[in-house]
Amino acid sequence: MAILQCENLSFGYDGETVLEGVNFSLNAGDYLCVVGENGSGKSTLIRGLLGLKAPEKGSIRFGDGLQSTEIGYLPQQTQIQRDFPASVREVVLSGCLNSLGRRLHYNADDRARAAMNMERMGIEDLADKSYQGLSGGQQQRVLLARALCATKKLLLLDEPVTGLDPIATGEMYNLIKLVNLCDDITVIMVSHDIHAAVRYATHILHLGHEQLFFGTSGAYKESSLARRFLGGGRL
Amino acid sequence: MNELIHMLSYHFMQRALLVGVLVSLCAALLGVSLVLKRYSMIGDGLSHVGFGALAIASALHLAPLAVAVPVVIVAAVLLLRLSENRRIKGDAAIAIISSSALAIGVISVSVTTGMNTEVSSYMFGSILSLSRSDTILSVILSLAVLLLFFAFYPRLFAVTFDESFARATGTRTELYNTLLAVLTAVTVVLGMRMMGALLISSLIIFPAMSAMRVCKSFRSVVITAAVVSVSCFLIGAVASYFLETPTGASIVAANLLAFLGFSLAGKKH
Ligand SMILES: Nc1ncnc2c1ncn2[C@@H]1O[C@H](COP(=O)(O)OP(=O)(O)OP(=O)(O)O)[C@@H](O)[C@H]1O
Ligand SMILES: [Mg+2]
Repeated sequence: MAILQCENLSFGYDGETVLEGVNFSLNAGDYLCVVGENGSGKSTLIRGLLGLKAPEKGSIRFGDGLQSTEIGYLPQQTQIQRDFPASVREVVLSGCLNSLGRRLHYNADDRARAAMNMERMGIEDLADKSYQGLSGGQQQRVLLARALCATKKLLLLDEPVTGLDPIATGEMYNLIKLVNLCDDITVIMVSHDIHAAVRYATHILHLGHEQLFFGTSGAYKESSLARRFLGGGRL
Repeated sequence: MNELIHMLSYHFMQRALLVGVLVSLCAALLGVSLVLKRYSMIGDGLSHVGFGALAIASALHLAPLAVAVPVVIVAAVLLLRLSENRRIKGDAAIAIISSSALAIGVISVSVTTGMNTEVSSYMFGSILSLSRSDTILSVILSLAVLLLFFAFYPRLFAVTFDESFARATGTRTELYNTLLAVLTAVTVVLGMRMMGALLISSLIIFPAMSAMRVCKSFRSVVITAAVVSVSCFLIGAVASYFLETPTGASIVAANLLAFLGFSLAGKKH
């Protein structure tokens, strides 16, 4: 049963098409890596899947009764202002908003989930610090913890390891894989790290203003596209 | 001290203080979201629309609050849409609407009643002229604003902090933005009675700005802004009674002093 199905999708800005011919479908539990050069339309596709950007053509269908309240999201760039007063705990907890349902306020379960995800990201010591006072990599971890709080079935990550140190990057990939395997959460991740992409992901989507490749990472490794993208290097 | 007790023995003074405290609270709480969402201009625009509505209501001998509240709510929703629309220059559109409303208000005043005390009280505020029915309506409306703010606090935080994340993860952000606009509209109209159209937006902006100088979490900003706002209102109101200065201006002056104090304290950290 497909959890997500895209048919002939295209996106544009001000009438100018930047991405077209996107056709792929994912099953629950898949781990998709979206790769491609800068400006190839990866973030645009992610924003389209989230309903933040309307497609020019084509359709996006969610299966499995997937609701937008079951999606976690890590944006590539946030519009969060520099001087916003918010503690780390408040930011992470706000990821639990979509599980409130009819409730008005967070309960003990939500707080426990926020605490657990802060621990996973190794930021429990920062809980009462101000978000704006953190380093870029620390802020990235906070936003990831927030995304993990929000996710129940699908997790969309736009370049999640940007700004993380090598150790944290490795931990991050392992953690995402763990969430994917243990919590059975479908992951869609944009990444420039093609080696990590083929190692961790089950599927690869290669974009370049159109869909250049979609298939399993095994098939991608063998494709001429992957070899060219890697500049001749072998995977 | 005796004089203070004497002052509090007046019915009109009790009413003024009750309404003032409640409206100051509303303004401070909403102010935090408005300032952080860069909607401060909306508060200012709404006050001018409010003036226009009150002036027309008084020209037509209608109940001022009953006319102004719905008109300003409609204007608030409209201004919110405009400021979100990237095609139109939002701030320019707000300026156009607010100065037009002000112009219409001034014209309708000059062709009918002229600049009577009622109209000038909308301009500069006169908290002591609250009637009994105005007081009751103000108390009910401001309690409703406070209740809604607390009920939707987590959602308002999320929509203020990162609207696109909230929307992407299934929060109906438009609904909560509209709620914010409606609550602001009600607060602006209520606050105009004491602050006047020219000064009400400072009641919304100042406490949040002061609190943000020293506080690092959203919750502490909200609480501090509320405390600052109510304290400045009380200080300003009492000072205006004894010094015979205009109420609205005295409250703004108190807020200005608080802001300077908080800025100094914030620098030290
Ligand atoms: N808000 C926007 N308005 C107009 N054009 C845009 C906008 N955002 C993106 N584009 C255009 O759409 C194209 C795809 O952009 P997108 O952000 O999706 O690329 P990307 O693959 O995520 O790149 P990167 O690797 O740099 O993150 C680019 O050519 C860009 O110029
Ligand atoms: Mg991108």
